[in-house]
Amino acid sequence: MKMVRKILFYLVLTTAALSFVYPFYWMLMASFTPEKYIGSFILFPHELTFENFRSMFSKIPIERALLNSIIVSAINTGMALVFSSMAGYALSRMRFRGRSLIFIILIFTMSLPFLITLIPNYILMVKFGWIDTYLSLTIPFLVNALAIIMFRQAFQSIPQALIDAARIDGCGEMRIVFTILWPNIKPTIITVAILVFMSSWNEVLWPLIVIREENLMTLPQMVTLFAVGGRAEAQLGVKLASAVFLAAPIIITYAFFQKYFIQSMASSGLKD
Amino acid sequence: MKKLNKGYLPYLMVSPYLLHLLVFAAFPVVFSIILTFFNWNIISPMEWNGLGNWKHVISDRLFWKSILNTLKFLAVHIPLQIIIALALAEVLNQKIRFRGFFRAAFFMPVVISGVVVTIMWQQLLGYENGIINRLLVSVGLGKVGWLTDPDVAMISIALMATWKNVGLYVILFLVGLQTVPKQYYEAADLEGASHWQKFTRITIPMINPTIFMVMVLSTLGGFSLFIEPYIMTGGGPMNSTLSAVLYIYKEAFEYYHMGYSATLGLFFALMIVLVVIIQKRFIEKERHD
Repeated sequence: MKMVRKILFYLVLTTAALSFVYPFYWMLMASFTPEKYIGSFILFPHELTFENFRSMFSKIPIERALLNSIIVSAINTGMALVFSSMAGYALSRMRFRGRSLIFIILIFTMSLPFLITLIPNYILMVKFGWIDTYLSLTIPFLVNALAIIMFRQAFQSIPQALIDAARIDGCGEMRIVFTILWPNIKPTIITVAILVFMSSWNEVLWPLIVIREENLMTLPQMVTLFAVGGRAEAQLGVKLASAVFLAAPIIITYAFFQKYFIQSMASSGLKD
Repeated sequence: MKKLNKGYLPYLMVSPYLLHLLVFAAFPVVFSIILTFFNWNIISPMEWNGLGNWKHVISDRLFWKSILNTLKFLAVHIPLQIIIALALAEVLNQKIRFRGFFRAAFFMPVVISGVVVTIMWQQLLGYENGIINRLLVSVGLGKVGWLTDPDVAMISIALMATWKNVGLYVILFLVGLQTVPKQYYEAADLEGASHWQKFTRITIPMINPTIFMVMVLSTLGGFSLFIEPYIMTGGGPMNSTLSAVLYIYKEAFEYYHMGYSATLGLFFALMIVLVVIIQKRFIEKERHD
């Protein structure tokens, strides 16, 4: 009896897990399936082909979009790490007038709905002449309030003696942050890097607004416009190929660093 | 750190943040409020409109429809999200084999772009050849117009969004479940409590803060619903999946009604704040009862 219950339990659990994984498997298979068979296979297609991908590469400069996304996300991640750790350090380990006020503002702006700032920020981009430049995809993401809070917390847990010793050795504050403290807060750096990279990589609404020039589009933006617009000519296979192309880098990274992804994204929820 | 730290240096270190805040948060908030009193298409000069935009919001049928659509989405999405996430977390919290694998599987859609998930489900939910309808037909049921029936389309999108995000909330609940002291369950076992009694009398009250957090997070996420209807249905059929954000986006970037869409944005943002406050009250009251 106990055995039967156990088997039943794992059967239900496995079904649940499959319902999360199978759609991705189907999409991957479908992207290698000739158009006429996509609507009929469930597990294995009758025939495999590279035609969908070949057709995708000939219709849109998707490899360029991949490059754009990598450049933009890398810049945003790098900037967020540097500038947020500077601010986080000042807010946790230095004393100055206005410090607590800045911290209150920080908490307050974190909960500011993006809908209030969306349109004015678009207008700023127009007035600055940043439409159709990398600047509009990077400068507005220069610092990240959540990252500052995470760095502040991490720096708070570092013993004062370590900082004092560095100061006695004649280290400037900047060098303390980046050469003495950074090696001690690796988990925080990984968490912030994953969070910022992922949110930058997955952002679609903002690029749709500020980028019209095809060669500057980010990957999710190009795939979105490809799926919505007429370029895919209602061919499922080509659309799915572009979705696979967009998912692949993240799925591969996730397969290797699954633990870090889960920790990071869960901690972003917990900090609120 | 006895003295104030070396004069200007701390200010220098927070200056990128402050500058950024000033330009991309403080200015936009102020400008957004000003904008609500004007008509503006960005190209020609701004045109004073008094309270015209605000009056228009009240009488704009399509906007209220988009709000209703968004609420319909939330009404399906939030309860489902909490129940499924809690159930899966409760299971994963037991001593089971391959826990890591199951956790990774549930979490997979969370890391993948909403664009991918939407394109994928658009095919799976297709009327003629979508897998779901083919399965329904094979067990003798009829086809469902998942994305073509105005009564169903928004529910389909809510189901898909739940499928995409639930893994994140499973992890949050798992963290919450691990904070419940084991002694409570042991004491209940001595009293002969059933599994269900332990769950409703101990687990649920103990993880109330996590439930509230999940509710707020999925409310905020749900209110910003955009890319799913944008790709899947374009807001149709018959505007049944037009979400508030999609409507505001269209007003601003398809019709260039900057003043009006800023008004809609501000109005909607205030509504979101109000809903979250009400939820907080509700949960606190529950806890006192």
